[in-house]
Amino acid sequence: MSSLFNAALGIQASYLVTAFLFIVGLKRMSSPVTARSGILWAGAGMVIATLASFFFPGMSNLPLILIAIVIGGAIAWISGRRVPMTAIPQMIALYNGMGGGAAAAIAAVELYRGGNAQTAAGALAVLGGIIGAVSFSGSLIAFGKLQGLIQRSLRFPGQNLLNLLILLAVLVLGATLIAALSAGASLVTAFFVVALLLGITMTLPIGGADMPVVISLYNAFTGLAVAFEGFAIGNAVMIVAGMIVGSAGTLLTQLMAKAMNRSLGNVLFSGFGDTGKAAAAGDVKGSLKPIEAADVAVMMAFAQSVIVVPGYGMAVAQAQHKVWELCQLLIERGVRVRFAIHPVAGRMPGHMNVLLAEAGVPYDLIADLDEINGEFENADVALIIGANDVVNPVARNDKSSPIYGMPILNADKAKNVIVIKRGQGAGFSGIENALFYLDNTRMLYGDGQAAASALISAVKAV
Amino acid sequence: MTGIVAIYIFMLAAFTGYEVISRVPVILHTPLMSGSNFVHGIVLVGAMAALGAASSPLEKAIGFVGVLLAAGNAVGGYAVTERMLEMFKASGARRPGGGAGGSAAAGKH
Repeated sequence: MSSLFNAALGIQASYLVTAFLFIVGLKRMSSPVTARSGILWAGAGMVIATLASFFFPGMSNLPLILIAIVIGGAIAWISGRRVPMTAIPQMIALYNGMGGGAAAAIAAVELYRGGNAQTAAGALAVLGGIIGAVSFSGSLIAFGKLQGLIQRSLRFPGQNLLNLLILLAVLVLGATLIAALSAGASLVTAFFVVALLLGITMTLPIGGADMPVVISLYNAFTGLAVAFEGFAIGNAVMIVAGMIVGSAGTLLTQLMAKAMNRSLGNVLFSGFGDTGKAAAAGDVKGSLKPIEAADVAVMMAFAQSVIVVPGYGMAVAQAQHKVWELCQLLIERGVRVRFAIHPVAGRMPGHMNVLLAEAGVPYDLIADLDEINGEFENADVALIIGANDVVNPVARNDKSSPIYGMPILNADKAKNVIVIKRGQGAGFSGIENALFYLDNTRMLYGDGQAAASALISAVKAV
Repeated sequence: MTGIVAIYIFMLAAFTGYEVISRVPVILHTPLMSGSNFVHGIVLVGAMAALGAASSPLEKAIGFVGVLLAAGNAVGGYAVTERMLEMFKASGARRPGGGAGGSAAAGKH
């Protein structure tokens, strides 16, 4: 395969252009002003590299390649255009898993063929195969969890030990493959089956709240797998692009874990609900005090400052358009309205901004945690809609709580706190919310969209 | 490609990725993750090479699945990233008071 690398200068030149376009594209995507053009640059790079790859010397199976691209591309394009914005995180997981699977498939083709004799290349092919396979099956589990196909988090004693044993088994099988690269097909099959199993058993115990971190981690995994396979088959653009995503993805994973006050090891090796059960059963004092929409409307209409704290529940109820309509009414009355966004509001950092942008909320009304937290004290009303853990004061003071230490929005400091909530259950993470029981908190029960509609007509009637 | 040159490429690319991402505002984290997800769709060219060199039916079958998955990664990653970033632009150039501007295009699921 290494002769490929010297063979067609034209292909190499176009790969170089592609690597350049990827880097410029990613750079442009990291600023809101240029972000839109960034994906176009990167997209152009992808088209150039793909077209050039048809001209590899000695390529066979061209019709098969074309058919596979058309089928895979068409399915992904249609699903990608149709998916609602709320489901973006699981779609990223799905597409990411496909990339990992493709990297593993490259390794599989190499290994079933008997591989090449270069040990460094062979070793990286095997390593990329493990990482790609784990990313593939793990991402599919993550997709299933976020999509609601897998409801429970499977946990049992000795789980980490079992995962460790599976990891060891993969490594032993991989080392055997590297030592004797012409090993039988059954060994290769066993290797991939165990690697896929590892992705499943690693991901199953992780709770839904931690999934964004896991998806981000698997994104970095796939990048690494692509880089390793690129080395194994002597493809420079795969090394560059894969490695860039590997390090960028690792950094994003760290940023997300930090925003949630969770270490990566904590996410991967300790089930989120383990301590949560104790806290959920625990010692929240007081009672839930309901309120009617008309009273909330009066409160907000005559307020000076209202801070809306949206959470994923708002987006699930498709209430963001109604909430923005409500806010526009308040703004017309002279109320100062802002949206407070927790770093992990929605299902990933930045997800809530996407959802609010979809509803047409302008940027200058959206504030992040650091900007807004000092201002809750001066706010007349904090309107919590669909958010839960990110406003739970136990994160500040209850050391036994699994979310202890997580930075939260200080909604409890507002003069009045209104919580729009469907029912009395606990949140996504299963932790009881002390905010709901405070003296200055009132509960407005109902579906997010219906409650927002009720508030709109009530404000109009004030 | 000699091993040491490859290691240089690995290292420089890793720094590049880190630098490019390091000053990104939180509002762009989701689109950027999606964008980097698209970039590793470049695995498509490797999958094409693998299928292009496959000979036995088993190799062809795996190679076919590889190309299919890789194309899904690249195309799907592009589709969702572009959709998200387009919305960001629309909200910047939004009509005054027009709350439903971005919703018509995005709500057609």
